Amino acid sequence: MSRSARRKPEYHKINRDLFVLTYGALVAQLCKDYEKDEDVNKYLDKMGYGIGTRLVEDFLARSCVGRCHSYSEITDIIAQVAFKMYLGITPSVSCNNSSRNEFSLILDKNPLVEFVEELPAGRSSLCYCNLLCGIIRGALEMVHLAADVTFLQDRLKGDSVTEIGITFLKKLDEKKYRRKK
Amino acid sequence: MADEALFLLLHNEIVSGVYKSAEQGEVENGRCITKLENMGFRVGQGLIERFTKDTARFKDELDIMKFICKDFWTTVFKKQIDNLRTNHQGIYVLQDNKFRLLTQMSAGKQYLEHASKYLAFTCGLIRGGLSNLGIKSIVTAEVSSMPACKFQVMIQKL
Repeated sequence: MSRSARRKPEYHKINRDLFVLTYGALVAQLCKDYEKDEDVNKYLDKMGYGIGTRLVEDFLARSCVGRCHSYSEITDIIAQVAFKMYLGITPSVSCNNSSRNEFSLILDKNPLVEFVEELPAGRSSLCYCNLLCGIIRGALEMVHLAADVTFLQDRLKGDSVTEIGITFLKKLDEKKYRRKK
Repeated sequence: MADEALFLLLHNEIVSGVYKSAEQGEVENGRCITKLENMGFRVGQGLIERFTKDTARFKDELDIMKFICKDFWTTVFKKQIDNLRTNHQGIYVLQDNKFRLLTQMSAGKQYLEHASKYLAFTCGLIRGGLSNLGIKSIVTAEVSSMPACKFQVMIQKL
């Protein structure tokens, strides 16, 4: 079968490009507004938190995952179901300590940095994908799990892989989140 | 598609973030709209490049506008523009009766005063897309009843 001259553009990819490009424009705007890298990182994390608190509902509605019984189960679901659903990648999971509450997600392919060649000059401590950390943190908090999510390694900063570390803290008190009627 | 939820949420967060860091007042409001529009412009430029990589050359201005209304809008917002009007002298009005970024907000006149914030990015998107196709334009949006909205494109003859 001969390929026609006008190939249909891949719609699915364009949609992802829309998100990736918007994110890039956002980071560029933030770099213009804030001088310090820590401020940009904090802002991205806060934004991600807001997105995560809402995204988790969308995720639970679409994926119909059952109740989880351990932190490692949760991390597996984040990596294999959530990441696959929203970003099309499946990071690998590894457990970092014996008390089984510290995990790492290792991303060998990160769609968010598809169009990024390198960090801009003078922005060497910018966590470009900090939004992801905020999203995971916000989503977990909505299901009553407190966690610390940070970047342990970042390919844009020269490391070999991009690694997100999730540390589960003590389970949040359910009473705190009961809505006031 | 799941991607849509991500973009919708990111867009809403961007809008609220831009406005949160600004103070009250007409001037500030204009500045925020400009910021959002410029972000949309950058994204529109990049997006149209990737999109039209393999498409044939466009015959004329109207052809480009039809492309925006059909293929571009379908890819980005999962539906076509419902109505395209022109005076054949450089002004086009694109009408979307169920604009994706407004459907979750209200279905009538509620929150009408906030609608313009959520349209600024898309105006920039259209302007950026047209700019990289060789057309300089000014894009504005108006909403009379959510979620329907109209984008007015004024082509600037160089």
